[in-house]
Amino acid sequence: MVALQLQSVGAYHGRKLFVENVTTPVMHAGELIAVIGPNAAGKSTLFKRITGLLKGPGNIVIDGAKTKNSITYMPQDTSANAVLTVYESILLARKQGQSWSVSDHDLSFIDEIMRALNITSIAFRDLGALSGGQRQLVSIAQALVREPEIMLMDEPTSALDLHRQVEVLDFMRRRARSKGMIVMIAIHDLNQALRFADKVLVIVNGRMRACGNAREVVTVEMLRDVYKIHARIEKCSMDHDHVIVDGTAH
Amino acid sequence: MAEIAALPIEAEAGRERYRALARRKLAILAAMTAALCLSFAVDLAWGPARYGLGEVIAALVDPSSVSAQIRAVVWDIRMPVAVMAIVVGAALSVAGAQMQTILANPLASPFTLGISAAASFGAALAIVTSVSILPVAATLLVPANAFIMALIATLFIHFISQMRGVSVQTVVLLGIALVFTFNALLALLQYLASEQALSAVVFWTMGSLTKATWPKIGITLAVLLIALPLFARNAWALTAIRLGEDKAASFGVNVRRIRLETMLIVSLLAAVPVSFVGTIGFVGLVGPHIARMILGEDQRFFLPGSILSGALLLSVTSIVSKSIIPGVVFPIGIITALVGVPFFFSLILSNRSRSW
Repeated sequence: MVALQLQSVGAYHGRKLFVENVTTPVMHAGELIAVIGPNAAGKSTLFKRITGLLKGPGNIVIDGAKTKNSITYMPQDTSANAVLTVYESILLARKQGQSWSVSDHDLSFIDEIMRALNITSIAFRDLGALSGGQRQLVSIAQALVREPEIMLMDEPTSALDLHRQVEVLDFMRRRARSKGMIVMIAIHDLNQALRFADKVLVIVNGRMRACGNAREVVTVEMLRDVYKIHARIEKCSMDHDHVIVDGTAH
Repeated sequence: MAEIAALPIEAEAGRERYRALARRKLAILAAMTAALCLSFAVDLAWGPARYGLGEVIAALVDPSSVSAQIRAVVWDIRMPVAVMAIVVGAALSVAGAQMQTILANPLASPFTLGISAAASFGAALAIVTSVSILPVAATLLVPANAFIMALIATLFIHFISQMRGVSVQTVVLLGIALVFTFNALLALLQYLASEQALSAVVFWTMGSLTKATWPKIGITLAVLLIALPLFARNAWALTAIRLGEDKAASFGVNVRRIRLETMLIVSLLAAVPVSFVGTIGFVGLVGPHIARMILGEDQRFFLPGSILSGALLLSVTSIVSKSIIPGVVFPIGIITALVGVPFFFSLILSNRSRSW
């Protein structure tokens, strides 16, 4: 089973060290980790560093991975003007680095993922004709068909309606458990983070402020210090913690 | 909450539809190949000397069975032009297709990025001043100069595109600036040129397949045959680049390496034919757009589609260029634009959702 730990990890953007000294506890297979923090805190940069798209100091320790390319990153930007159908764009994600021929197994797997995300109705629509939310769902499918062991998703639900947000996050949590994946999701909605995440990692100004159990990390003090808001944390009828914002703190 | 995976959707529907889509695209490629064969045959059969189709076929199949005159017309005059039309059309179209892909810009082509203009300037330099950039035989002076200038322009574009912080839009803007620069230099040479040299320069810049010879065909074909397997190997990666740099990188594509490799190959693909036949601008821009509209951008279909659309466009143009006034062969550069533009307009207007 795969395990991931960041040890004193930093990331360069150009020559500037944009993220520094991030050390996390070991993240285990089946866990969903929400990465939260204000805009431009370094969440995407950290993801790109873990994926290997950016360089930087520190160690990214991956144990027990079955394949060399075990990490898949889903970027925040899902816009695309390529003349491709949704189905072709998902196939493309799966076949990278492989032969031209497409097996029935490949196609069946794509069908399974599209069914799971409930996007079969747009399978043969052109990418350019999709709404922002649909593009986001296609992007999630593209990441999933690569069968990653570690999946980093950069604000995957920001363009989705509430129903779809809950569907997708619930699906990702179940998928993490059933496939033994580690799923890290950069997300702004703290209530979704509280509801679905096993761990929460808080990044502020390129540094990790906290990483641990959601209830221990998302506190009134953290909300005031990091987000500059006055808020309460109360339990909803489903016994989940909920952040209720009272106002901004100056 | 509803279980997402349990939604009632027909099993394997996507798989079957995808297979049908792929079959349709293969059928389109087959139809384009057939059309190209037909166009090639007509190009060979058509000309100021009116021979019957039977005579032309006989000259092809059994050259000894026809008169020396027919043999010479078919094999030495028409054949090189007809073959060159196909090879140059294919090379320029593929060059344009991959420029558009890696620069993420529908305007990218050897013509719009200044490569053709650079080649024209190089050729004019040879014609007007006889100044040679490379030590070559006098007969190769014009193509050699044109090639070197085209290569310099392409490499300039390439190195700029590799600089940190330079966006693909900037690269295209610089390309357009190159067009203006080389056109100004060309105008300066024309201003200084003798009347005879001036007419030679003007004819060269119009682009003409009558300059075709077997060695030129061989060189252009060789470049094409080296380029295609390399593009084919990167087909999935090149398609992914059209989804954006971040997305392609997230699929494990080494975007920087693929861009470098592709740009270097494209520079040869664009420079070689232009140096041999002059400025045939339109095909490198439109060929890929036609292929994109009818086949999409999956490079497994888009690449052969661009080859065929470019080859077909130039082959048909070759026929038209000698059909307008019997006995006169118009420079193909003029005809390509005149034939291609209405066709291109009709395609774009009837197919808006599938164009860039």
